[in-house]
Amino acid sequence: MVAFGQFLEVFISGLLAGVLYSLVALGFVLIFKASGVFNFAQGAMVLLAGLALVRSLDFLVAKGFPLWGAIALGLLFAAVIMAITAWIVERFVLGPLVNQDALTLFMSTIGITFMIEGGAQMMFGADVYPLKLFPTDAWFLFGNVFDGGILVNKLDVWGGLIAAVLVGGLALFFQRTKTGRALRAVADDHAAAQSVGIPLNWIWFVVWLVAGLVALVAATVWGTKLGVQFSITFLALKALPVLIIGGFTSVPGAIVGGLIAGAGEKLAEAYLGPIIGGGIEYWFAYVLALVVLLMRPQGLFGERIIERI
Amino acid sequence: MLYRETGQFKTSYAADMAIFPIRQDRIAFWILLAVAFIAVPVLDAYQLWPLRGEYLIRAILIPFLILALAAIGLNILTGYCGQLSLGSGAFMAVGAYSAYKFATGVHIPLDILTISIPPLPVLPSILLGGLMSAVVGILFGVPSLRIKGLYLAVATLAAQFFFDWLFIRVPWFTNYTPSGSVTAPELNFFGFYANKPIEKYLVCLIFVTLFALMAKNLTRGNIGRQWMAIRDMDIAAELMGIRPLYAKLSAFAVSSFMIGVAGALWAFIYLGSWEPLAFNIDRSFQLLFMVIIGGLGSILGSFMGAAFILVLPIMLDQVPHALGMPLSVETMSLTVFVVIGALICWLLIVEPHGFARLWSTGKEKLRLWPYPY
Repeated sequence: MVAFGQFLEVFISGLLAGVLYSLVALGFVLIFKASGVFNFAQGAMVLLAGLALVRSLDFLVAKGFPLWGAIALGLLFAAVIMAITAWIVERFVLGPLVNQDALTLFMSTIGITFMIEGGAQMMFGADVYPLKLFPTDAWFLFGNVFDGGILVNKLDVWGGLIAAVLVGGLALFFQRTKTGRALRAVADDHAAAQSVGIPLNWIWFVVWLVAGLVALVAATVWGTKLGVQFSITFLALKALPVLIIGGFTSVPGAIVGGLIAGAGEKLAEAYLGPIIGGGIEYWFAYVLALVVLLMRPQGLFGERIIERI
Repeated sequence: MLYRETGQFKTSYAADMAIFPIRQDRIAFWILLAVAFIAVPVLDAYQLWPLRGEYLIRAILIPFLILALAAIGLNILTGYCGQLSLGSGAFMAVGAYSAYKFATGVHIPLDILTISIPPLPVLPSILLGGLMSAVVGILFGVPSLRIKGLYLAVATLAAQFFFDWLFIRVPWFTNYTPSGSVTAPELNFFGFYANKPIEKYLVCLIFVTLFALMAKNLTRGNIGRQWMAIRDMDIAAELMGIRPLYAKLSAFAVSSFMIGVAGALWAFIYLGSWEPLAFNIDRSFQLLFMVIIGGLGSILGSFMGAAFILVLPIMLDQVPHALGMPLSVETMSLTVFVVIGALICWLLIVEPHGFARLWSTGKEKLRLWPYPY
């Protein structure tokens, strides 16, 4: 029973870690689904949102605000920052690049990444800032079934809950609202969407704003876990295999992909790691992604890509 | 008035297919080569401006040449064949570490047989390093037959993360050094020891000149046209009888060969001793930026991009100094981030084809000058 208990513990911690990857991957999916742009800047946006939140929190608490008021104002401030970022991105970068091919748009988001990373740290400082919004202590479950119980981090559970709410809300937004439908039209074809009277600029602003808010949510969870710091931008790289596994265009895919990637890499680290050397969790998700790519190039939940000449 | 081709008639097929069909370009090219091969060593020998001291050669010219070589390699893959790669740092690392292994002797004890290769001289080691990198490049290029664009970029990222891990965690590659950092062997080219910066510079220059010529001719020929057809529309290219398997994998092979050689040079000549961090993902991005800023699908652009990306941080350091308001190191590095990011976006908007296109536009204007058309 000990071996199975240990397996279960690794498996669950992997699943929960995977949910956190999904939070970042969601931001990618949103922008890709709604504008056909592969947004490399999502990790940098998590950093920006996290820095704006934690720095304004520190400032407000130092000014003597009560904690709940400081959190509310801090979240508001960070949301405003994300809105401004969305506006700038739309106005100065993506607007002029309308109807360019996907590769050009992708590379422009690499440029945006650099600007956000540099700008955010210039404005808010480049140190490591601790963020304490969620409890980070551990639970022991099933203590009577398994020896020593199964260790589960409360923060990861919070992350899972938040992700569930977020996905529900986004699904409603995409399926039920007029803006959501316009977003899907734009993703299909910029020019066609424009010609039926969908205001492209507004749509892109909304998409980047929503992605910015998702980044803010991801930042609250990841910031509590790791502290808000530059290395948080590497989350973007962690979320890429998740996207590949789940498919670029699917919100549920981002969640399932995250679960698979998280559980897979933790299990690999625990059971393969001792055999071929530790640290394989850094690339194991990528290997999973490669395997999925070779079998189903569009990912598990992605739309089949049909090409014509 | 100087840049005019009136009266330059082509009377043979050879003249028609020359790399530089216009006489002025040919002259400029030879002058450039003369400066690089003759003027720089002479200035260095007499310690004249701007080569007083070793700073310019060691900190700018040598890394410029090596990174330009790597950028040409990446440009063949991304610019000519249209396969986006974020793993060029990994291919540089493969080149560097395999060259190191070949130069210090390979010993693989297996159960059935033991493979032992004695230490090889530096030049074959570097070329074999490039070859190993080409093999790895082909392996990671195989997914490109089924996937493309952004999906492929993620596949090449897998290469980046895997090799970062491999060279840190598997001590065989570093000959079991406890720190994980390794030192390159002495640079002995057929009895000629490249110790002084100017000698190292000349070695790099010879490599880069040969490889740039090779790349230029490859891209002008049959295989280069196949690459470009695949880039422009792969399905149409396939219908025209181009085999995607052959075209894509050859692009991966040639590209990673050059990047691998550049990696070996970077390790052996520029760094001397290095650790895996020297080839992390930042290097991949740096190379990608060189290619984007310089111009996708242009050999000249690779040089321009490399020069620009290398010189920009130095300029950002020097200019505020000269103006009397020095920035702190941290502000400086953040400014570099912002400026590079802004430049990439700006260039993509105004000129998606980079500096190389600006340059050819300029030449076009000069040909017609002073009449606009």
